[in-house]
Amino acid sequence: MTDATAMLDQTKFSASGAFRRKRLTAFAVPAVILAYLLYIAISFDVLGLAKRASLENAGILASDSWSYKVHITRDNRRGGTSSAIEGERKGAYAEGTNPAWVEVADPENVTIDLDDGYVVRFLPDNATVFEIPDFGTITAQLVDGIIQTNLQEPIPDWINLSEQRMTVTTDAGRLSMTRSRTEVYRYFAGWELFWFTLDSPYSGHSLPEIVFGSRIDPTRSNISGAISDFWNNGMWRHKDVAWAIGETILMAFLGTFGAAIIALPLAFLAAKNFSPFMLVRGVARRLFDFVRGVDALIWTVVLARAFGPGPLTGALAILVTDMGTFGKIFSEALENVDEKQIEGVSSTGAKPLQRYRFGVIPQIVPVLLAQVLYFLESNTRSATIIGAITGGGIGLMLTQAIQTQKDWEEVAYYIVLIIGVVMLMDWFSGWLRGRLIGGKDSHGTS
Amino acid sequence: MTDAALTGATPSQITQIQESYLVQVRRRRMYGGLTLGIFVLLMVSGFVVADNRNAGGFWAGWHQIFDFPADVLSEAWEKRANLPALMVDFFPALLETINIAAASTLIGAMMGLVLALLSTRGLAKWPRLIPVFRRIMDIMRAVPEIVIALVLIFILGGGPVPAMIAIAFHTAGALGKLYSEVAENADLKAVEGLSSTGATWSQRMWLGVLPQVAPNFLSYTLLRFEINIRASAILGFVGAGGIGAELRNAMSWGPGRFDEAAAIFILLFGTIVFFDQLSSRYRTKMIKGQ
Repeated sequence: MTDATAMLDQTKFSASGAFRRKRLTAFAVPAVILAYLLYIAISFDVLGLAKRASLENAGILASDSWSYKVHITRDNRRGGTSSAIEGERKGAYAEGTNPAWVEVADPENVTIDLDDGYVVRFLPDNATVFEIPDFGTITAQLVDGIIQTNLQEPIPDWINLSEQRMTVTTDAGRLSMTRSRTEVYRYFAGWELFWFTLDSPYSGHSLPEIVFGSRIDPTRSNISGAISDFWNNGMWRHKDVAWAIGETILMAFLGTFGAAIIALPLAFLAAKNFSPFMLVRGVARRLFDFVRGVDALIWTVVLARAFGPGPLTGALAILVTDMGTFGKIFSEALENVDEKQIEGVSSTGAKPLQRYRFGVIPQIVPVLLAQVLYFLESNTRSATIIGAITGGGIGLMLTQAIQTQKDWEEVAYYIVLIIGVVMLMDWFSGWLRGRLIGGKDSHGTS
Repeated sequence: MTDAALTGATPSQITQIQESYLVQVRRRRMYGGLTLGIFVLLMVSGFVVADNRNAGGFWAGWHQIFDFPADVLSEAWEKRANLPALMVDFFPALLETINIAAASTLIGAMMGLVLALLSTRGLAKWPRLIPVFRRIMDIMRAVPEIVIALVLIFILGGGPVPAMIAIAFHTAGALGKLYSEVAENADLKAVEGLSSTGATWSQRMWLGVLPQVAPNFLSYTLLRFEINIRASAILGFVGAGGIGAELRNAMSWGPGRFDEAAAIFILLFGTIVFFDQLSSRYRTKMIKGQ
């Protein structure tokens, strides 16, 4: 009896001990995670981030990525008014033409209708009038290089005024006046000139008009002319973007499959059951570990020195890094092959090479192919970032567009393209995997 | 039956069978050869295109591959006395890189966990929204880290936080998918038992599902941590902080500062190999311990 009670006590004791331990870990794990995150918040200065963060930049990014502005500019030194989309030369309206909402009576007398009652007038002698509903009319004139206005104190916070510069920001548009020029910006939703720039005869025509309508440009057929003008669009650079996307995919493709081709024979050297010499095995394995450890970043930097910027450098960087990874995965797969199949093949009198071809390869191909195709998708992502470093592909275009801090609609366009391409590669590699491996599997079982 | 049919077959039938078999074999070989041919063609033409669009060609450059490492190594060897001090100098930057990776793995794993449980059949809180959460994960997975990092650097300024958020975002999508595949195979009896006691959804997940899947989840998370160290180093090179930024500075000085570059190379290589070994050891332990 006493024995049984003692045992019961002991069990109880150990059970309550286990419970205590469990409870402790249940609290300790979240506590450790919380403490670590707190440490990160302090060492990364997350609180200071609020001060450094630029809400203005966020606003620019948010509005500019889906809208564009048209600049109406008067040259205050030489006179004359011009219109340009985003103020770029590539988006300029031809001499003497203007958007419909700009009325040019004579070069010294321009009326810009910003809708909702907001009207800006450029008048002779560098005078400008801005009619703002519910506020009144602002009159400004440049006299001897100094801006004189009818504005009285207090000046509202949406007007920025000094002797050299005046900026009026309203919902309908913006007016900015300096010594050299007076500019009006009007904002529109959408990506303007995405299809054709203004100098193309197809600009402003709808798709059915171009495809079925009468010939717009007498020298070319509509479809070929439209395609060529779209392709050579100077504003959105569709040709360059397409090449850049192609380069990025090319880097991923060449890198992934090149790595697989090189890694396969080396993997035989590193696999225990195929490589009898420990020295050879060790060398091959250390080689894989080394190239993997050096990492794509350092390989990119090193290879860029030898080959210069471009897609080949990126492809080789992916190739070298993944060769290590594939070598490791392949050799592990080789160590797991079923010896019975090889025995079966050799019992028919097959030579070593034939044994590999018919006994080993069919076993490992599905495993290897699945891995390689999985890497193809992930390398498309790596190729964008490697492109940003070596200078090739869509990664470079994205970095350049972000660094100029101007064309956020282009940044948005590139981001959409990159995500689209990665998802496409994901789908494609999954489809190919299904075709090559799934097909083979069903064939084998049927 | 088949035996009888076979023995009963006339020689002409046998040759017929043999011939149709050979035709099949030949067709399969032709398809295989064709696929191989297309693949080789793609590889070769891809290589030629890449070679043409590169600033320096492959054939002109391949024998220079080791020139730069040799320069760095010889300079580092000359100034080898500096290396330990330099490595100590760069250690805080390395720590920042590791911290970025660890914090983003942690945050990404927590987000991925929630997303995975919400998008797994049988476990989801709102079964109708499973496709929505899956698409969200697909998109998060497809976004390369550099995209988010660069945009956030513009808004938040340089430093480790943009990189951390960027990597965490991608990690959440990538781990979410893997977690969900594991959770799909979880035994639902524990969940049923818990729900019979009136447990809430989060209690069912925390007490019923997590203990079953924890080893696999942790193993995937460790693997991701290893990947994220690489990602965090590379993001440093394009503008986020850490050892990558130091490497770019050292590189932009050119010869004369190659001892710094060498010190960073050594630190980075050592870190990657160390965490690689660590994670592979613990991963095998976890999976085998099941």
